[in-house]
Amino acid sequence: MSGRFTVFLLLLPALLVMTVSGVVPAGFIAFYSLHDTFAGNSFVWVGPQWYVSVLSSPEFWWALARSLGYSALVLLIEVPLGIYIALRLPAAGPWAAVLIVLLAIPLLAPQIVVGYLFKVMTMPRIGLLHAIFTAMGPGLDMNNKAVVWAVLLLMDAWHWTSLVVLLCYAGLRAIPQAYYQAARIDGAGRWAIFRHIELPRLRLVLLIAILLRLMDSFMIYAEAYVVTRGGPGVSTTFLSHELVQTATIQFDLGEGGAMSILYLLIVVAISWAFFSLIVPRRERPA
Amino acid sequence: MKGRLSMAPLVYVALLMTPVYWLLVMSFKTNAEIGGGLTFLPHAVNLENYALIFSDPDWYMGYVNAVIYVLLNVAISVMVALPAAYAFSRHDFFGHRGLFFGLLMFRMMAPAILLAPFVQIFSDLGLIDTHIAVAIAHCFFNVPLAIWILEGFISAIPREMDESARIDGHGILSFMGRILIPQIAPGIAVAAFFCFMFSWIEYMLANALTTIDAKPIAGIMTRAAGVMTGDLALLSAASVLGLLPGLILIIFMRKYLATGFSMGRVL
Repeated sequence: MSGRFTVFLLLLPALLVMTVSGVVPAGFIAFYSLHDTFAGNSFVWVGPQWYVSVLSSPEFWWALARSLGYSALVLLIEVPLGIYIALRLPAAGPWAAVLIVLLAIPLLAPQIVVGYLFKVMTMPRIGLLHAIFTAMGPGLDMNNKAVVWAVLLLMDAWHWTSLVVLLCYAGLRAIPQAYYQAARIDGAGRWAIFRHIELPRLRLVLLIAILLRLMDSFMIYAEAYVVTRGGPGVSTTFLSHELVQTATIQFDLGEGGAMSILYLLIVVAISWAFFSLIVPRRERPA
Repeated sequence: MKGRLSMAPLVYVALLMTPVYWLLVMSFKTNAEIGGGLTFLPHAVNLENYALIFSDPDWYMGYVNAVIYVLLNVAISVMVALPAAYAFSRHDFFGHRGLFFGLLMFRMMAPAILLAPFVQIFSDLGLIDTHIAVAIAHCFFNVPLAIWILEGFISAIPREMDESARIDGHGILSFMGRILIPQIAPGIAVAAFFCFMFSWIEYMLANALTTIDAKPIAGIMTRAAGVMTGDLALLSAASVLGLLPGLILIIFMRKYLATGFSMGRVL
């Protein structure tokens, strides 16, 4: 069960599948980004032309800024809220099971269903959110950029905070009781317990939660599009909308390809930074 | 940690469930009743919307199609991820860390990025509008995730187990089937849960790679919608049914949801 050939055989099925569903399509994108095409079947080499045109387009930079801002807000809301709820969930018993089942329901809501649900919730007269905000006074003006952003963030929090909760909850359950007993003997307060015992032990699950939420919110598409169509104006036109518009609706494969590659570079850089920050190089047992 | 029940999670879960309840109520109404304003109970439980979905293959096949490609994807993802996760866990080969991060990089790609090439590739292969096309497309985000999850679970098992299995004369296949898989069953359940989740909710690729025969419910809803003018009662019923497969899975998985997510060490 050892040796290079075995390793190769073990990795082979995954590498084959990833070649078809990841490497080849990514290769297509890199190819598109360096070529021009008229009908999508004959390609002419154009060098970095598309990168220049994307990087000099203000629409790209604004969409990038909106996407980065959206992801940052999503993480700022969902991570602390998720940790808090996980800390307050009962450790065991029938209530824990019921609450966990209910918490998980939004996670399995299809993106279109989530978008539709929040779209209808903001509709005048029949919408739940609209009714609540009207009753409270300010109303819900979906032509107001700040309001629309708040609705999208609320939707994202509704859909995904549970992921942070479930991951942290599982992480907390894995902390041995002896740690808490030792802390109690030392007279540690609630905050000290969180800061010095729980948070360090949640590092890895938090890394997973942050990476998954970062990636998926950075390229949010269907849900936001159903609710806002990218508006009002272009205030909720995110990078993915810009990309789909360019690559599949205007059929500018080259420009779309260049945008994709730039997006990938950004995402890999951010992810690598998180990785290096949170995960030290693993010491392998000899 | 004491076992007492605090208010925060109860309030939070109640808030989470309010839109779901509201959706459920709408699905039992008629369009006229929905248009009449917001109420928290339907006048009468009207099952017309559900009856229409269950009697029209254009609608109910949407659920069947989605379940088919999702299950295909889960099966492929977990089957190819398992041996790879074992290799990452047990063997320190050249380029180990780089390959692992490289695989994760694909999880960080978004469907929007790969949309154009997927449409071209699957058109060339004549696989547009097939379940397998969607199942394969969804692998780019699910295989890396499944490897990541399973690697943690395998690494939590002492290496001595591999040694004693080898001494007992197990080959690699019989070791995996008879010893490793039963040992990491919770890990396989968690990996399958995540793959199901991300494949089930994905819209863009599933919709773009299908036209009629493999169209998922999300695509059918979009086509039927144009939400402002659409049939709100019918769409609400379709949405409620869209939550059901997930709910069933969650109920089966509830034991693992609570305990099975601590994924051991990472990288």
